[in-house]
Amino acid sequence: MTKIALIGAGKMGLSHLSILGAHPNVEIVGVCDTTKMVVDVLERYSGYKCFSDYLKMVEITKPDAVFVAVPTKHHFIMVKELLLRGIHVFAEKPFCLNPMESNELTILAKKTGLVNQVGYHNKFVGTFREVKSLIENNSIGEITHFLGEAYGPVVIKKKSENWRSDPSEGGGCLMDYASHVIDLINDLISPINSCKGSILKSIYSKNVDDSVYALVGTELGVSGVISVNWSDETYRKMSTSITIIGTEGKIESDANELKVYYKGDKFPKGYSKGWNVKYVTDLTEEVDFYLRGEEYSAQIDYFIKSVAGETKNNINSFESAWKTDKSISLIKNQSSL
Amino acid sequence: MERIIFGDNQFFAVNHISDEKSRAQSIKFKDDSAIIKTLDIAIASGINTFMCTTHDRIANICDIIRKDPKKYQDFKIYPCMPYAHKYANAVTDLGIAGTLKQYVPGNFVSSLLKGGMAYISKDFISIMELMIDAEMKMFKGINTPVIFLQNVITDLLLGLGMTEFLIGFAKHVKEKYNAEPGFITMNLPKLLDVLEKGGIKNPIICASINKVNFRMSGGKEAYEKILSEGRCRVIAMQVLGGGAIPAGEALEYVSNLPNVESILFGASSKQNIENTVETINYHDQQQKRVVL
Repeated sequence: MTKIALIGAGKMGLSHLSILGAHPNVEIVGVCDTTKMVVDVLERYSGYKCFSDYLKMVEITKPDAVFVAVPTKHHFIMVKELLLRGIHVFAEKPFCLNPMESNELTILAKKTGLVNQVGYHNKFVGTFREVKSLIENNSIGEITHFLGEAYGPVVIKKKSENWRSDPSEGGGCLMDYASHVIDLINDLISPINSCKGSILKSIYSKNVDDSVYALVGTELGVSGVISVNWSDETYRKMSTSITIIGTEGKIESDANELKVYYKGDKFPKGYSKGWNVKYVTDLTEEVDFYLRGEEYSAQIDYFIKSVAGETKNNINSFESAWKTDKSISLIKNQSSL
Repeated sequence: MERIIFGDNQFFAVNHISDEKSRAQSIKFKDDSAIIKTLDIAIASGINTFMCTTHDRIANICDIIRKDPKKYQDFKIYPCMPYAHKYANAVTDLGIAGTLKQYVPGNFVSSLLKGGMAYISKDFISIMELMIDAEMKMFKGINTPVIFLQNVITDLLLGLGMTEFLIGFAKHVKEKYNAEPGFITMNLPKLLDVLEKGGIKNPIICASINKVNFRMSGGKEAYEKILSEGRCRVIAMQVLGGGAIPAGEALEYVSNLPNVESILFGASSKQNIENTVETINYHDQQQKRVVL
């Protein structure tokens, strides 16, 4: 049994807690949150030991690993304290407010040899996993350009302010929404290391960006466009997609559907010349407990297995999240020039 | 419950395999009249039960149904609550406490948050009851013999071990609405164990059941075993496995499973609706013949 504690029982925290609660190899030893009502419900109905001070929680409950699902601005100090205490960490995304912090945590995690993972769940989505394998096998030739997009209905009118609308807490479309797209590109193609131009635009929010448009380049010299808008109510929920253009073909993928075009007679097994369409249902492994998408259960299962020493712990490591933070910071700085 | 139940995913652009198809549906069903027209086709095909989320637009559909009692006299709705994205978006925006404040009628939550009231265990069950009542408002005067809890909530509570809310939901639905409680889940084996332990025998459960093990968490074998034991009244959903199985083959499989009381499906075109109904009826008659 892996002893797990959780800090931050908000939307993502509760989702993690439910999946962890159903996991056969997990014992939930403590939950830390500052909302009294949430704590009351969790204590009374789930029977969890609850705390308002996370250091006290880890001292008393002695967890093997901790899930950190609080606003990003608290990640650095909390994750650091946990690593220093020899505790494995799963942190929510985006990782840190600036890449210096994420770099420090990456170095510390490596030094201590502790398991470290960040919640970029798209890497556990069947279609995107297939894209990764197609690219690793060079199947569309040399990649020349990409388009990474995400749209959804998060902020669709002027309204109340919360941490998501506070740039100093890690709010805003770039940090919260575009980070998914950037992380995916960094993983599938190569890390974004230049930004030729970017626009961070507020639409309904007062203090933060609601949309991000950027022209970027990657370490391998691929150019690309990022277009992300969380104020688009024509989408029922967040929709993330990527188009990758190569000399031998083209890939278009979202979390549901993968479309691949091959120009010539060279294509992987299971594909053919011209358009190929595959669905996530064919590319997804079943999970033991399903809550809101196989990927959420799969990423947690991967983390638990990593703690048990059964994986290489190289998907969504702190290091990859640090690179994503660096790319985010490039796009942000370019927009203020 | 009737053998065939009509679902609502197609009306609200819920498509598990394609964003493009979802967009097309969103355009097709932009007007409420398009939804009603499709419902009328389903009724003409012999389906009289509509299982739908408590989406805002369902309130308009309920208005239309109430205005024509003669035409819809045998028509039943199985509400499925809540429309999760409404709350999910609200939680993103307002936090958990803020969301409760917004959606629970009256000043109940504000008083709780201010700490002006002493907490007693029943308070949280009462909040849930108020939320159920708020969701049920739109169905006033409409026959709703079974009321469902949506899978995202059922399964969230299941994972959190909050069985008391599942039992509380069942109790309130029975007592206040004189209806049968139903649970939608992606984790049938686990849920059934928990409900049985909580004293709910032979519950109505709507779960993903298909030939390819799609979203059948706990595994197809466990599902088939439960069906053969007849421990719950099952509505099979996602019978096409998210589009992975050809319709004929998918319906043959699910029609021939023991103890699947109803089959839930959604479709947009007249042809698809009629074909599905005919195919299920055909397999049911074949079954009867074998039994005789």
